[in-house]
Amino acid sequence: MKPGSIAIVGAAETTEMGRIPDLSVLQLHADAGLNALADAGLTPGDIDGVATAGESPTTLAWYLGITPEWVDGTTVGGCSFMLHVRHAAAAIESGLCRTVLITHGESGRSRVGAARRAPQPASLPGQFELPYGPVGPTTLFTLPVLRYMKDTGLSEEKLANVAVVQREWASRNPRASYRDPITVDDVLSSRMIAWPFRKLMCCLVTDGGGALILTAADRARDFPRPPVYLLGTGESVETPMVSQMEDLTRSKAFRVSGSRAFAEAGIRHDDVDHLMIYDAFAHLPLYGLEDLGFVGRGEAGDFIWERNTAEGGRLPVNTNGGGLSYMHSGMYGMYALQESVRQVRGIAPAQVPGVEISVSHGVGGMFGASGTIVMGRDAP
Amino acid sequence: MTEARRPLPQATPETAHFWAGAREGELRLQRCDDCGHVYFPPRPFCPSCGSRSVRVFAASGRATLHSYVINHRPAPGFEAPYAIAVVELAEGPRMMTNIVDCPQTPEALVLDMALEVVFTPAGEDLCLPHFRPVDAEGKESRS
Ligand SMILES: [Zn+2]
Repeated sequence: MKPGSIAIVGAAETTEMGRIPDLSVLQLHADAGLNALADAGLTPGDIDGVATAGESPTTLAWYLGITPEWVDGTTVGGCSFMLHVRHAAAAIESGLCRTVLITHGESGRSRVGAARRAPQPASLPGQFELPYGPVGPTTLFTLPVLRYMKDTGLSEEKLANVAVVQREWASRNPRASYRDPITVDDVLSSRMIAWPFRKLMCCLVTDGGGALILTAADRARDFPRPPVYLLGTGESVETPMVSQMEDLTRSKAFRVSGSRAFAEAGIRHDDVDHLMIYDAFAHLPLYGLEDLGFVGRGEAGDFIWERNTAEGGRLPVNTNGGGLSYMHSGMYGMYALQESVRQVRGIAPAQVPGVEISVSHGVGGMFGASGTIVMGRDAP
Repeated sequence: MTEARRPLPQATPETAHFWAGAREGELRLQRCDDCGHVYFPPRPFCPSCGSRSVRVFAASGRATLHSYVINHRPAPGFEAPYAIAVVELAEGPRMMTNIVDCPQTPEALVLDMALEVVFTPAGEDLCLPHFRPVDAEGKESRS
């Protein structure tokens, strides 16, 4: 993709956020999609490309009354929407379609119309991980952290502090699920989930959705909102089993995806005004900061401790409060993208002054996949 | 939770030798004839070079504790708190497992401690590879 050739011209989350017992998964997709269409001043008939995960693109297109000429159902976990953005940009640039709608909806908490995920005993994780008692992300995503702590010297206090700083951001976001300030002691004395992880180091489980609309930059000025340009994109996958990561202290998928996005955008790290790192658990921003190259090996805990990612810091991170305090439906990547769009548009609840470049970095599975999107206020 | 059973693996043709080995008290890995790469989980080709010329061999069973969490929430077939671990085998590959014959505490579970494989019956015709600490002289610990 040529940097600045594609733009986001519509972006919205579901009307409600948090606990939405009166909407099914499919309707959460539709609610977000209709809100994004309204944001862009479009109707479903204007859309000729659809991408989604967690719901089939067939169902989504039919439900919204869209007849697409381009479809993407890439499903690699919570960062699937970053990959959809990347794929949509390539499709628009090559002329496969003109206007793409990407939707996410998930009834993570209320489980209305949600598919039941049954692990297959003959799958690789079914044979080589599940017999040892993991109970989902709280015991799988967290598994690498003791190795990281021993190798880098990260303390439990500095791990806990990630949640503290993000709660500060959430306190400024009226839609955030948790807004009351917390301390490192609060985090360390919250209920033990999977040592060393306490409850406040783990993401929320909520209901919600979000949607984006992309089109070519030469059309982007015709829409009601200021365009948010795509400057660079990246994606990769590593492994379906966290136990098989090449290195438990670094994500290969993060490094491949991130370096590709930065190279395409032609930016340096100090060009970035705002950063979103998918935070299903408190260690994710640490891995993200290091694997994206913002800080050196083992420096991320101190970087956050020294308030570089907090309000007034030189690199504000997860300004919506993140998965730890804002919301986490299960596939959080869409909310990271939404916050990057808001920050570049200048309309975020906790707005960082003068954001020209925002990076949105997502994870899928348990360090299994990754997608990175660099957005800009101006086309180069 | 006492009646609920832990999820058990179901072998595929590509992994059957591993589970047969576990039943017979052998931890079976694979080595590439062409590039020498030793790998896990099983597959009938080398994930490093793509060669189909690979062979199964019995690993030493020695390993070190690479990382873990101690789960405090209920899980079918387990009594919380219990550790879920990743061990690094002497031959190189890592695998998920449980650590047995050892208190499930941060004090007892020390990263990089020496471990050895044991095979725990877990249902009809099935044994799971677990690991237990070895003492400083490398002798088997009392179980
Ligand atoms: Zn080979």
